[in-house]
Amino acid sequence: MEKSLNWREFVITRLIKASGYSAILFVALIFIFLLREGLPALSDVKIAELFSVRWYPIEEYFGILPLLTGSLIVTLGAALIAVPFGIGTAVYISEIAPRWVREILKPLVELLGGLPSVVLGFLGILVLSPFLRVFLDLPTGLTAFTGSLLLGGIAVPTIVSVAEDALDSVPRAYREGAWALGATRWQTIWRVTLPAAKSGVLTAVMLGIGRAIGETMTVMMVTGNAPVLALKLGSLFSPVRTMTATIAAEMGEVANGSTHYHVLFFIGMVLFLISLGVNIAASSVVFRAKKRAERILS
Amino acid sequence: MNRVAIFILFTSFLLSSCNSASSVQADPQTPAAYIENKGSDTMVNLALAWAEKYQSDHPNVRISVTGGGSGTGIAALINGTVDVANASRQIKQEEIEEAKANGGNPVEFVVARDAIAVIVNPNNPVSQLTLQQISDIYSGKINNWKEVGGEDRPIVRLSRETNSGTHVYFLETVLRLGEKENKTLFSMDTLLLPSSEGIIIEVRQNPNAIGYDGLGYVPADLKVIAIAKEAGGVYVLPSIATVNDKSYAVARDLYMYTNGEPTGILKEYLDWIFSPEAQQIVAELGFVPVLTPSPVSSLTGIP
Repeated sequence: MEKSLNWREFVITRLIKASGYSAILFVALIFIFLLREGLPALSDVKIAELFSVRWYPIEEYFGILPLLTGSLIVTLGAALIAVPFGIGTAVYISEIAPRWVREILKPLVELLGGLPSVVLGFLGILVLSPFLRVFLDLPTGLTAFTGSLLLGGIAVPTIVSVAEDALDSVPRAYREGAWALGATRWQTIWRVTLPAAKSGVLTAVMLGIGRAIGETMTVMMVTGNAPVLALKLGSLFSPVRTMTATIAAEMGEVANGSTHYHVLFFIGMVLFLISLGVNIAASSVVFRAKKRAERILS
Repeated sequence: MNRVAIFILFTSFLLSSCNSASSVQADPQTPAAYIENKGSDTMVNLALAWAEKYQSDHPNVRISVTGGGSGTGIAALINGTVDVANASRQIKQEEIEEAKANGGNPVEFVVARDAIAVIVNPNNPVSQLTLQQISDIYSGKINNWKEVGGEDRPIVRLSRETNSGTHVYFLETVLRLGEKENKTLFSMDTLLLPSSEGIIIEVRQNPNAIGYDGLGYVPADLKVIAIAKEAGGVYVLPSIATVNDKSYAVARDLYMYTNGEPTGILKEYLDWIFSPEAQQIVAELGFVPVLTPSPVSSLTGIP
């Protein structure tokens, strides 16, 4: 009897361990695949050409800078909208809202997260973009800003539900301690609860931004997909083309092994490196914060 | 008990399958044949309409039609995954070579003709342009509607994605005016929309927009621009009549490709496509028939 229990435990531990390590394995395999398909782009196209400003692949113009800046500006806009809004909503749900409101709000926010992005995209071209064109007096409503608004909407549920969990797990004693010291409700939230949940909130922000930068369908439908270099703040209100939309729109029809094919994978590689960079930056911040906290406590 | 039940089930199944097999043999028609048809998004509605009509007349034939773009269809034909590829452009030399390297031999059929209509918002006062003006608009030389006789509004250029056959055709015929050595490109701020629908939605609500699309896809509530081949020439609106007599400048052939000369069911299907009945469907969808059917339909304009 005992022997079989040991044996079973052995298998289960190994299985759990394997599934844990498999994440590393998959990421490594994906990266190797991207490298293998993307790196030949560097030998097919001169680096100077690759980082030029014209993207028109059917005539061998492979400048990815407009796509890079397009993705960055849309994501930046989405983050500026989604982070304050998402954290604000999380704080309200976790700290301020009465129980019954919270019970309604949380599932609703999660429902919003399940909305298919193509539905949001249609909403974008049929309602949001005509409205923005008239309201902001733009030549066209298909702009980076339209994409940012919708991506913000996509990122908010992720941020809310992860950040709310983090805030929820802050021990009640922290808040009671703050109140006992005479802190107002706002001071308690801003100075005690939020800093205590910092790493979870930061994770929420990262996941939200990751969701935004990787989003494809909505962006392809509403940003106009014009490969224009976006460097000024005003570019937020003109059409841009993102890296994800480019891959999605062009990969289906590209000849396997051609220069264009390799350049599209190179773009995928750049996207991968960007999200890797964002994640490393975030976890190093969290890590450093933890260490400091440990030093103070010990 | 249980075993007996299974035995009975099994035998009855055997018997019934014998029955159906014999009934198929008794039937003069051959068992279901499949035709895989893939390619140009411009042609997908047309190919679907043909397939539906043909299947309703020939219940033993099953035709599956998918879009994806001309290049996708030809690539699938080269890889041997489809029987017929639809293309809104002619097959390229390198695609023929690739097919031959794969042991194939693409055979071309011009199954219909298509005109590309240049469309603007109904509130735009501009109703006619020369080919040169359209080329200048799309290449970025003309940036305001007042330069071509319209209101003082910025021009928003809309185009299909670069992988669309319509995009390539428009680039070659309109932007480059059909000149081989002309290297004009689309202005960088041209909006590349992934679908015809996206262009139509934007033109419908935006008075600054100019777009283009297959005549078969232009809804009645948008304004179609009359085009002159050169300055001082006659401005011609696209219609079946003007495409047939070649007075409309932006028209092209639509192709179907098979791997090798078609035989059997496939040959019957392609022969039927050239029949007046099938070409009538072409006209109904706003495309232009390759052979002149009954005089009534050849003279009716686009609905």
